[in-house]
Amino acid sequence: MSTTERTTQESRQTRGEMVDVFADDDRHAAATTNPVGFEIARLADEHDDVVALSADMSAVLADLRARHPERYVEFGIAETNTVSAAAGMAACGLRPYVVSMAPFGAIKCAEQLRTDVAYTRLPVRFVARLSGLAMGFFGTSHHAVEDVAIARAITNLTVVAAADSNATAGLLRSTFDAPGPVYYRISEHTPPVYSAPPEFTPGRWVRVREGGDATIIGHGIGVGLALAAAQHLAADGIEVAVLDAAYLKPFDRDAIAEAAQVTGTVVTVEEHSEVGGLGSLLAEELGRQRLSCALSTLALPDEDLAVGLPADLHAHYQLTPDAVAGRVRALLEA
Amino acid sequence: MSVTAGNAQGSATGAAQPTRTPQDLARRADWIRLRTIELIDGAGLGHYSSTFSCAEILSVLYYRTLRLRPLEPDWPDRDRFLLGKGHVATGVWPVLADLGYFPESWLDGFGRIGCRLTDHPDMRVAPGVDFSSGSLGHNLSVGLGMALAGRVSGRDYRTFVLTGDGELQEGQVWEAVMAAGHYRLGGLVAVIDANGFSGHGPTSEALNIEPLADRFRAFGWEVVEIDGHDIDALCETFDALQPASERPPTCVVARTRKGQGVAMTEESPQAWHLGHLAPEQRDRARAEIEARLQ
Repeated sequence: MSTTERTTQESRQTRGEMVDVFADDDRHAAATTNPVGFEIARLADEHDDVVALSADMSAVLADLRARHPERYVEFGIAETNTVSAAAGMAACGLRPYVVSMAPFGAIKCAEQLRTDVAYTRLPVRFVARLSGLAMGFFGTSHHAVEDVAIARAITNLTVVAAADSNATAGLLRSTFDAPGPVYYRISEHTPPVYSAPPEFTPGRWVRVREGGDATIIGHGIGVGLALAAAQHLAADGIEVAVLDAAYLKPFDRDAIAEAAQVTGTVVTVEEHSEVGGLGSLLAEELGRQRLSCALSTLALPDEDLAVGLPADLHAHYQLTPDAVAGRVRALLEA
Repeated sequence: MSVTAGNAQGSATGAAQPTRTPQDLARRADWIRLRTIELIDGAGLGHYSSTFSCAEILSVLYYRTLRLRPLEPDWPDRDRFLLGKGHVATGVWPVLADLGYFPESWLDGFGRIGCRLTDHPDMRVAPGVDFSSGSLGHNLSVGLGMALAGRVSGRDYRTFVLTGDGELQEGQVWEAVMAAGHYRLGGLVAVIDANGFSGHGPTSEALNIEPLADRFRAFGWEVVEIDGHDIDALCETFDALQPASERPPTCVVARTRKGQGVAMTEESPQAWHLGHLAPEQRDRARAEIEARLQ
């Protein structure tokens, strides 16, 4: 892929348009356009136990295929086999990175993830690309909006979500030594949040903006939306804190308590079903801690979702800076 | 007990397993049946006839074929054995205790909360279990991963996966069969306990799985079809297996009888798929097996 093509691909992703995920152009992964492939290849350079398993996602792994062909296995369109085989490889001392599409890898393979990967506490890394509405143009079969709820319900499974390309790299690096399995929820069309790969601490959320009037907590594209909303609000003199809920399991109980107690107003933003995602998590935890605050959860409704380009779907479902800012204003004015 | 414990000395040092005579292996198969009856008796529920159908297979694999070090359960070069049909773990626990993986006393609490030995095996709590099982259709994929790991790591261990024939109705099995043939994983051995029955009746009446040999061959496997109760045939088949290398994987279709070895379970294999023998039934079954061991 030429620099121009790469820039085009990157801008298309950021604009929330569709990209050709199968393009086998032998592109050498760029940290910005293909952080998953870039980072897994880098980890494989450094660690002999890293192997990459693809369920028809070989284009992403072009660098690893070129540099470590013996540690790459293509399983074809056979996700359940891929996940269970990864467990077998991990049981023999390897560190498998499974790269798959979120709706088929994660949701279809929930049982394999639970039984073979999580109950066994094996160090399988499951990278769920194209999560949320990233493939929303193709039909409801391609939505992956329940995966956080499913993954969070699985014992022993660490669940993380990347806010942008740097967060993807940071999460892959920060979790490398995690003793058990890790589920990575990757979003492909995120606006930039971090200027460099941050170092994440297990179970801790990242404060990406300070502010005392309210707190917006997001994961995935929700973080960038929250930051953009914060800028809108700042123009009106409203200063909001923004948290990146990168760890959805384990999650940051202290950050929730602080958000509720210090700002008293909390808005969550996520490209996930309103059932079992970050908003649910907040509501449950506030109840458990007997904390009282104004809470608004912006998520996808529990109904048949529309089909269309991601950017159009985001606008349709209010996943926009204006809508996020509106939620904050509504709570503050109530 | 006519068949005694303490058989681990050869494999505990990593040496080849001492040669067992077919007669000895046949007696061990019956001993597995006896111990299964005892374990289920204590627990109150268990899978008799599915365990009986693979008793000879378990005997030959554990006491002759598998390259193991029971005192070093995580030995990287050991042959792997996965119990795809995890519901017959009652037949494996006595063997693992006998080989020295854990004390015999662990068997005492079988079926009770807190016992490490469960109805389906859990690798995290029971030494000697290479992978957990219970969800049918998974273990051939897991074994595929282990065989691939052997190739990546340059180790020549073999990976044996014992599946039921009903388990072959799971679609995931055929994903694994396809991949193993594609990658020519010569170290992967699928042993099918083809006893012809699944949970609610004859397997192929529910959903036809035959012709098994042709199906595996079509996916690039070498297939051997034998009588799964014929000790000589099992020995000959497993003895012929080579260390892992790049060649077709092997499928052993072991034709077996569900409930083999006890008249009552042979006559009503379905009734004793899952159950609990009443005391007089238990004693009759025991006497029948013990008569062969005299």
